[in-house]
Amino acid sequence: MSGTQSIIGRSVPRLEDEVLLKGEGRFAADISFPNQLHMRVVRASNAHARIVSIDTAAARAATGVVAVWTSNDIQDVPSIDFRDPAAEALGPYRQPVLAHKIIRYVDEPVAVVFAEDPYLAEDAADLVEIDIEELPPQLHASDAPGEFASGIGTEPIVLNSAYGDGEAAFGSAHAIIELDLTIGRHSGVPLETRGALGVYDPQKDLIELFGAAKVPHRNRDTLMRMLKREVHLHEGHVGGGFGVRGEIYPEDVLVCVAALRLGRPVKWIEDRYEHLMAANQSRGQRHLAKIAVDAEGRVLALRDEFFHDQGAYVRTHGARVPELTMGMLPGPYRIPSFQAQAHFRLTNKTPCATYRAPGRFEGSFVRERLMDAVAEKLGIDRIEIRRRNLVSKDEMPYARPLSTLGTEVVLDSGDYELLLDKALARFGWDEAAKATEKRRANDEKVGIGLGIFVEKTGLGPTDSAHVSVDSSGAIEIVTGGASLGQGFETVMAQICAEALGVDYENISVIHGQTDRIASGIGAHASRATVMTGNAVHVAALNLRTKLLEAAAVLMQSKPDALDIVDGQIISKENGSGPSLSIAAAAGDDGFSAEGAFHVDHMAYPYGIHMAQIRVDQGTGAVKVERYLVAYDVGRAVNPKLVEGQIVGGFAQGLGGALFEEFLYDEQGQPLSVTFADYLIPTLSEVPEIDVLVTEDAPSPLNPLGIKGAGEAGTNAVAAAIASAIDDAIGKPGAVTQIPVTPQRLMVLMQD
Amino acid sequence: MAENFVLRVNGEERAVTVEPDTPLLYVLRNDLELDGPKFGCGLSQCGACAVLRDGVEIRSCVTPMSAVSGAEITTSEGLGSEATSRALQDAFVAEQVPQCGYCISGMMIAATALLERNPAPTRDEIKIAMNSHLCRCGAHLRIIRAITRAAGMAHATQQADPV
Repeated sequence: MSGTQSIIGRSVPRLEDEVLLKGEGRFAADISFPNQLHMRVVRASNAHARIVSIDTAAARAATGVVAVWTSNDIQDVPSIDFRDPAAEALGPYRQPVLAHKIIRYVDEPVAVVFAEDPYLAEDAADLVEIDIEELPPQLHASDAPGEFASGIGTEPIVLNSAYGDGEAAFGSAHAIIELDLTIGRHSGVPLETRGALGVYDPQKDLIELFGAAKVPHRNRDTLMRMLKREVHLHEGHVGGGFGVRGEIYPEDVLVCVAALRLGRPVKWIEDRYEHLMAANQSRGQRHLAKIAVDAEGRVLALRDEFFHDQGAYVRTHGARVPELTMGMLPGPYRIPSFQAQAHFRLTNKTPCATYRAPGRFEGSFVRERLMDAVAEKLGIDRIEIRRRNLVSKDEMPYARPLSTLGTEVVLDSGDYELLLDKALARFGWDEAAKATEKRRANDEKVGIGLGIFVEKTGLGPTDSAHVSVDSSGAIEIVTGGASLGQGFETVMAQICAEALGVDYENISVIHGQTDRIASGIGAHASRATVMTGNAVHVAALNLRTKLLEAAAVLMQSKPDALDIVDGQIISKENGSGPSLSIAAAAGDDGFSAEGAFHVDHMAYPYGIHMAQIRVDQGTGAVKVERYLVAYDVGRAVNPKLVEGQIVGGFAQGLGGALFEEFLYDEQGQPLSVTFADYLIPTLSEVPEIDVLVTEDAPSPLNPLGIKGAGEAGTNAVAAAIASAIDDAIGKPGAVTQIPVTPQRLMVLMQD
Repeated sequence: MAENFVLRVNGEERAVTVEPDTPLLYVLRNDLELDGPKFGCGLSQCGACAVLRDGVEIRSCVTPMSAVSGAEITTSEGLGSEATSRALQDAFVAEQVPQCGYCISGMMIAATALLERNPAPTRDEIKIAMNSHLCRCGAHLRIIRAITRAAGMAHATQQADPV
């Protein structure tokens, strides 16, 4: 505010770091309660089977075992509910907390053991005998649907989204291009495995769940619906979220029910095998995409029929991922006619849900593969073909006749061509094109590629926050947000400090505690900085007003003649005159204020990935030589945090593009169950990358102009890497499947 | 059969009675209440559980108690007093390395061990030393920068301190 240097836009150090660096973080496994029991889940060994019988006698008799449950013991606990209202057709596909009669994926929870310590629980779990009759597994979403249960198939829903006259467009097209593209199944795989602790307080008749993350308030609502009882959730430190962590899984429900019934706190910590087989997976889609263009390469129509591999059950998100894939598929381009159809299909594999840039990582790969194919077919430069189709600045706000996440897709602001020009200059695209061409002439397999994308952030409709100051001058922000490592506390403190005129380091930030604030959106879908940040901004301005009104009485002045600088209330006209600390103005009782922020549409940031890669002709390994992410974030609260999000997201996207894949054998047995088979990028694979963050198109939808930044680094990695690999091996359109593993690339080079 | 073990942990003598094949990580976390080392994989594949045994990095999740009897163990909680560790902590803050922070305890252990044996590592030496530590938030490049910065800071401190 006036009189102080703005703290929004400064890369101040994180408030979170000191505790983490001293090893004092309190992650789920670090929390314990006196007299707690330990839970171990007995999991299925088959992908699809009928349960004939479960013998728990030996486990019940084992040392230290307090209880062993199968689905028969928890008949009154419903299947895990959807977070938002979902299509009725999806209802029967929700996951029961323990498998009932049918096993649908390897590692599905079938029984559960509660014991005095984790070792005894694990030993006893091995004694549970499950007798089954095997059933044939359904493993591929693009195969004809089978039977899920009596009378219902494995395709609960087909989603359709369309506008324009596709028939006419395809009929009159200069050229039509059709691609068959596959995105491998991979996921967030945070370094902290999941963990949950249930505690029941009989005095208050209250269940508390510790180890919460991502969407504590929304999960509280779901658990209260399911358990018909008061529930509170508590988030501690969270060792990475990425979409996976913080959903409601069977284990979360089990610790709550067990705490209630057994009358003792119940702790469950996942191991890594479990995580790689039981936590949400994502991405697996096969697209049959078709584009029609005129002679200049202008898109006339886009058609995409795709098969979404949902795995064994429909989890908390319902059909959100394919829905997002469709809604965001057009990206930054003018698409006069559009038809998308998503076959949402169940398979006997681990259930799927969101992973960082859900639907967009997949859609950007498809869309940008199509743009490269058009360029090749028409003999037009890859940059030029995109330039001709970009929605222009003058067309903003640009309403697409599409919706996603229950809101209309209205691109709020942007100058895509400006960012393209900036990215080309920053990357040195033309020089890189010449240099790589020369190296290719010397028999090197080196090439460049790009992907352009639009992100979606700041989903509404509403979020709120309280800000208070006590008699010591200490400031506390209470939010319904969540912290997954993204720097949430720092960002909220910066926004509050800016509005109040105080030091951000004197502000404490509460998140993920459902007993501290009535509602909250948590932290997902790049929402927190936009929604919670703006709510904090409003609350802090309201608190400022109260402080200045109180100070005006004490200072015999008027509120609008006063300012707050470094926590001191001073006269605007005479900055060096008498001042009053905010502690003094707050008085013995302190002050608090509330703020809410409401928005109807999402904010759409946008970006460009550019890659230069080299393929090892002997091994098929891809080395990323140079990489640029250019991204317009509207307004960066803490640029270094934005850069950290982009680089980290890129590393994850690179994993999905080149290394990471959950593979299953013909019986549906998972093959990627340790870090030796599921390869996440290490220091050796993550190259130096250049990040260009611009602020050319602040969002008009919120007073701070903010757009989200969490998923930009991931969004177009597969698109850009695929484009660069094609260029390197001199085979346009060669890459049709990700991850492009060395084995796959060797085949592509030989074909 | 449970056996008695005596080891020095962060400079203090500690005695525990556990099965000899119990992983050191479980003893540190469950018996000695040192939560700095984290469980990440249980297979020595991620580095979240790293501690120092007599100054050398080991993976506590696959190290049985029988292998550390009488050893000097340092966890991330015990790192703070050394000049190297202070320099590392300051550098990690300055470079804004941590995101979720789950890998950080193991990273600090590995970085400390590296700087103790090689006060001025090259970029490649840092990469080799840290390569087997997984970070899912993607802070890899900042880790390299922070260790380089810490090496410079520790070096500067040593030069400034009169012997």
